[in-house]
Amino acid sequence: MDKNTATEKNTTIIKNATCTFCGCVCDDMELTVDLDEKCIIKSKNACVLGKAWFSEHSVDESRPVALIDGKEASLEDAIEEAAQILVNARFPIIYGLSDTTSEAQRQAVAMADYLSANIDSTSSVCHGPTGMGLQGVGEPTTTLGEVKNRADMVVYWGCNPTDCHPRLSTHFTVMPKGMYIPNGRKDRTVINVDIRSTSTTNIADLFVQLKPGSDYELLSALRSISRGRRLNPSIEEQTGVPMATIEDVAHRLMSCNYGILFFGMGLTMTRGRHYNTGALHLLAADLNEHTHFVVKPARGHGNVTGADTVMSWQTGYPFGVNFNRGYPRHEPGEFTTTDILVRGEADAACIIASDPIANFARPAIEHLKKIPVISFDPKPTPTSQIARVALTTACYGINVPGTVYRMDDIPIPLRPAFESPFPSDLDILKPLTERIRELKAH
Amino acid sequence: MILVPMRTTKQGTTLNAGKLKDAYKETTSTAEIKQEDMDRLGLKKGDRVRLRVGTHAVVVSCIPRKIKVTDNSSGLIFMPYGPTTSALMVDGDTAGTGMPASKHLVVEIEGPLAPEEDDG
Repeated sequence: MDKNTATEKNTTIIKNATCTFCGCVCDDMELTVDLDEKCIIKSKNACVLGKAWFSEHSVDESRPVALIDGKEASLEDAIEEAAQILVNARFPIIYGLSDTTSEAQRQAVAMADYLSANIDSTSSVCHGPTGMGLQGVGEPTTTLGEVKNRADMVVYWGCNPTDCHPRLSTHFTVMPKGMYIPNGRKDRTVINVDIRSTSTTNIADLFVQLKPGSDYELLSALRSISRGRRLNPSIEEQTGVPMATIEDVAHRLMSCNYGILFFGMGLTMTRGRHYNTGALHLLAADLNEHTHFVVKPARGHGNVTGADTVMSWQTGYPFGVNFNRGYPRHEPGEFTTTDILVRGEADAACIIASDPIANFARPAIEHLKKIPVISFDPKPTPTSQIARVALTTACYGINVPGTVYRMDDIPIPLRPAFESPFPSDLDILKPLTERIRELKAH
Repeated sequence: MILVPMRTTKQGTTLNAGKLKDAYKETTSTAEIKQEDMDRLGLKKGDRVRLRVGTHAVVVSCIPRKIKVTDNSSGLIFMPYGPTTSALMVDGDTAGTGMPASKHLVVEIEGPLAPEEDDG
């Protein structure tokens, strides 16, 4: 940690700090920290989302470290109550994990194992279908550094990074000059495929608007052209995209030197889900007969990629993992959290760094409100409001050191700005797991 | 019409401030509709409308979409993800994937609502 004493106020400067708001995990932040007020007063290099992330995570020392049934409690009592809830449940679930360190994620997997519980991350309602798609067809993968240095063709399909990952284009993929991209933006072509124009469309050379729900058809059409086949004219009616545009896009993709397909929820949350993402990966594979092409999902939360990675090397599966039989099993639709809640199977939930009450489908929320919930979050949320045990945690990256994985699966170390009086997720998960082991032993 | 929940910069900045605060609630309860559709429906900026899926409904305010590049998005409503859009995800079926259909929700729209009409 590189600290320099600054002026007047009791401040310090943290160089090369890491922003954990989104999957870009930019690690070139320069933070000015007010040590007396325990807040970040300036975040150089951060985007608009990063600035909000840093400025809004000051420490509110008036908050209790824990609430049990809405009443203030000690951390020890809260851990005991949480352990009792989880041990006495027949089908406990652990969910969330995308906004915490990989060290905490690893501990959560261990806890799930001791509990014979179900563990799942927010991936299952995000890029879960991406994992399913690439498991079936393989992943032509890359890193953002390689994209920066080589990509002369950038496709944003069903995603809007200008709003959601503001520095993806400016820091990694479109604007920067690279080893083989000496003129930066001028050397790249940007194509935006979406059902609507967005702020990302504004930076694109070509906007391809397709009908809602016709991604699979358009992807298949592009694959057909790349394989030298002729299209049925009905593709225009199916996708809403003129034949000439489809052929133009296909030939641009085939003739570039190095292409990257970034994609988002426009593919995973719509009809087709994993078939869409599988088709996208197959398109990249087909294009490798003509040039070099790779794929990357534009991941949302700061360490959702870490959740997939940690769960994969701990259990063999990236999300939706069940330990009921004493060994890990993976089955999307069976062991994914929405399905478990909609079927009314779970009878206790440990929600770590996530807010399903704000984002899940209505039937899943209705069941979650019926069962005892343990929540971990730095801020009050709709989920912490309904929790039997609500734990206030320190914020990863700002208060907590550790490791997170960027959207291209690169592990990045965290350089926290200041200490929090609240425990980290890991600080709670370790004694909670230990207490669960004790209770299970009796 | 078809509701397409989405992410926006404002949603991202307001959720950092806190999901229980008014700014987050407001931005996640504001529907963006193409100006031509608003004209067709007799809606003005800031009007309240009721969005209904089956027996479930929410009341939101509406504003015209601001876009630089013209598109053909007639019949579409865009709204940032949040508790309001979740309330309209009435079907928890994930088709065996874990992912409920979170975009392309077919909704009925009713409005403009009188100020005294409740949120039911």
